[in-house]
Amino acid sequence: MKKPDIKIPKRTFIEHLQDSFRPEKLPTDDRGRMRMVLDNLIFHIHPPKIPERTLRWTYTWGLGGISAVLFGVLVVTGLLLEMNYTPSPPQAYLDVIDLRTDIWFGDLIRNLHHWSGNFMVVVVTLHLLRVFFTGSYRPPRQFNWIIGMAMLLLVLAANFTGYLLPWDQLAFWAITVGTSLISYIPVAGPFISRMLLGGPEVGSQTLLSFYSMHISFIPIALVMLMSFHSWKIRKDGGGLSIPKGLEEGEMTEVKKVTTIPHLVRRELVCTVTVLAILFVWSALVSAPLEGIANPDVSPNPAKAPWYFMGLQELLLHFHPLIGAIIIPGIALVALLLLPFYDSDDQSTGIYFRSRKGRYMTIMAVVWAVVLVPLWIILDEFVFFWTEWLPGWSPLISNGLIPLGIVLLALFILDRVSKHWLDSNYEERILTLFSFLFVSLVILTIIGIFFRGPGMNLYWPWNMPSAHPV
Amino acid sequence: MVEETYQDENISDDGDKKVTRRNFLGMIWIGLGGIAALELGGMVLAYMKPRLAEGDFGSILTVGPIDDFPPGSVTPVTNGKFYLSRLKDGGFLAIYQKCTHLGCSVPFVQTEGKFICPCHNSQFDDTGELLNPPAPRPLDLFPVLIEDGIVKVDTGKIISRNHFDPSQVVYA
Repeated sequence: MKKPDIKIPKRTFIEHLQDSFRPEKLPTDDRGRMRMVLDNLIFHIHPPKIPERTLRWTYTWGLGGISAVLFGVLVVTGLLLEMNYTPSPPQAYLDVIDLRTDIWFGDLIRNLHHWSGNFMVVVVTLHLLRVFFTGSYRPPRQFNWIIGMAMLLLVLAANFTGYLLPWDQLAFWAITVGTSLISYIPVAGPFISRMLLGGPEVGSQTLLSFYSMHISFIPIALVMLMSFHSWKIRKDGGGLSIPKGLEEGEMTEVKKVTTIPHLVRRELVCTVTVLAILFVWSALVSAPLEGIANPDVSPNPAKAPWYFMGLQELLLHFHPLIGAIIIPGIALVALLLLPFYDSDDQSTGIYFRSRKGRYMTIMAVVWAVVLVPLWIILDEFVFFWTEWLPGWSPLISNGLIPLGIVLLALFILDRVSKHWLDSNYEERILTLFSFLFVSLVILTIIGIFFRGPGMNLYWPWNMPSAHPV
Repeated sequence: MVEETYQDENISDDGDKKVTRRNFLGMIWIGLGGIAALELGGMVLAYMKPRLAEGDFGSILTVGPIDDFPPGSVTPVTNGKFYLSRLKDGGFLAIYQKCTHLGCSVPFVQTEGKFICPCHNSQFDDTGELLNPPAPRPLDLFPVLIEDGIVKVDTGKIISRNHFDPSQVVYA
C-alpha cells in the first residue's frame, strides 16, 4: 500500500519548547480541559474536576493559596537579599544599610520580604481559623491538620530566625527575649538555649546559625510539607470539605465543574490581587530598622517579635515556667489532638457548626473582650501574689495560684455554656477555642500597643518614646 | 468452602513468639541502626558545641588591683559583661549583667543603688539578690579569684543561685 502523503509542518525550536508547556490550542471542551490539568506539572496539583461549592470565595477565603503566593515572593526576594548580605556582625547591619541607600530597589525588595513574611503569619493563622470553624480538620482530614500545625510552627520559626538578621537593636533584643523563654523548659532548657545561641548570649555564632536555618533547612522543610499538604487535600475525602448551609442535611449529589477555567481563573485573580497589594504596601511602608545591635544596652521596653507578644504578656502575669512553657505547651497539644477528640463530621462544612454555635462564638468573643482586660488590670493594680505570700516559691504564688484561678474561670464558662446555654459537645469545644483564641489576640494587642517603658500599661496615644536607660 | 489454615512460622504452637535466626538478625540490624543514629546525633551535638575565644568574654579576665574598687561600689566591666560589686565589708562579687528573667542587660542605677532591668522592671540589690519580680532568682555570678591583690574573674563559669548567701562573697 502506498503511504498517504501527509505533510508534516516544519516547527521551530521555540514552537517545540512552547508545546511542552502548553497545548497548541487551548482546549475549549471539558475533556480537553481535564486532560490539560492532568498533563501539566503545575496544574496537576489540582484534580481535573472539583465540587462547584468549594469554589465559594466566602468559604475558603483563598487563604491556603495566598500563603503559597507569599511563600513564592519570599523565596524570590530572599534569594536576592542573600546576594547582598554577610551573616556576621557588624557587616550584617552595614549590608542592610547599603541595601536601603546604595542598591537599586534594595529597599523595596527588603520591604517585600519583610511584609510577605509578616503577612504570612497572619494568613496562615486565618487559614487555621477557617479550617477550625468549618470543622475541616475532622476525619478523614486529621493528618493534614497535623501537617498544617507543623507548617505553622515552621512559618513562625522562619519568621523568628529572619527577625535577627538585620542585626539592629530591635532584632537583637527581640531574639534575646524570645530565646530566653526556651531556657525555662524544665531540665533540658538551658542546654537547648546554649546550643541554639552557640554560647550564653546572642552573638555572632547565633547570627550565623539563624541565617543558615533561615535560608536552607526551614524553607526546604516547608516546600516538602507544602507538597505533602496539597497532595493530602486530594487524597483525604477527595478534596476540600464541602460548604453546607445551616439546615442542609447529608449531601447526596455533588455538582462538579472542571478545574480549568473555574478554579484556575480564581487563583490567578487572587494571586494578582495579593501581589498588587503587597507591592503597593511595600512601596509605601518601610520595614523597621533601628541602630546597630548593642549587647550592653537593652532598650526600654524590650519586646519580642509581635507574634510572640501574647506570650510575653502572659509572662508578666505568670511565673515563666507556667507562662512560657506550660500554658503554650498545653494549648499546642490540645490543638494538635483536636481531630481526635472532636471527630464527629456531621457539621463539617457548616461555618460555626450550627445556629447555636454561631451564638456561642459571639458569646465567647464578648466574654474574652470583657474578662481578659479585666484580669490584666486586676493583676497589674490589685493582685500582688508574691507580696501577699512572702517566703512562698514564686512558682506557686505567681504561677500555680493564678493558673488555678484562670482554669477555674474556664471551667465555669464551660459549665455555663453547657447547662445554662444548652450547648452540645462540639459547641462547647468551639466556645472554649473561640474564647482562648480571642484572649490570645487581646493579649497580643495589649502587649504591642499598651505596654511602654518598664512594661507598664499606657494608652497607645500617651506612649512615651522608647529610650535606653 | 474450605477454610485455609495458615500457620505463622514465627509463632509456636502455644502462641508464644519464637525468635528465629531470621528475625534475630533483623533485630540486630535495627539495634545497629539505632547505635549508628545515636553516634551521628552525638557527632552533630559535639560539632554544634559553643566555642569560646581566648582573652575575651568566656575566659579568665584580669580586672585590676583591689584598691581600685572602694568598698560599697559597683563597677561595670564591659568586656566581661559583668559588674564587680565590692560590698561594704570589702568582699567581692562578679555579677553577670544578664537578667535572669528574659536575658536583658541590667544596668546598675547608681542613684538608687540597685540593678533595675529596663525590660520588665525586675530589681536586684548590690549583691544581685532579687528585690522585685518577675525575675525568678538573683542575678548570676562569675567566680572571683584574687591573686596577689589583683582581681580576676572567670567569665567561663556561670553560677546560678536561688538566694544570696554570704558564702558567695570572695574576700582578699
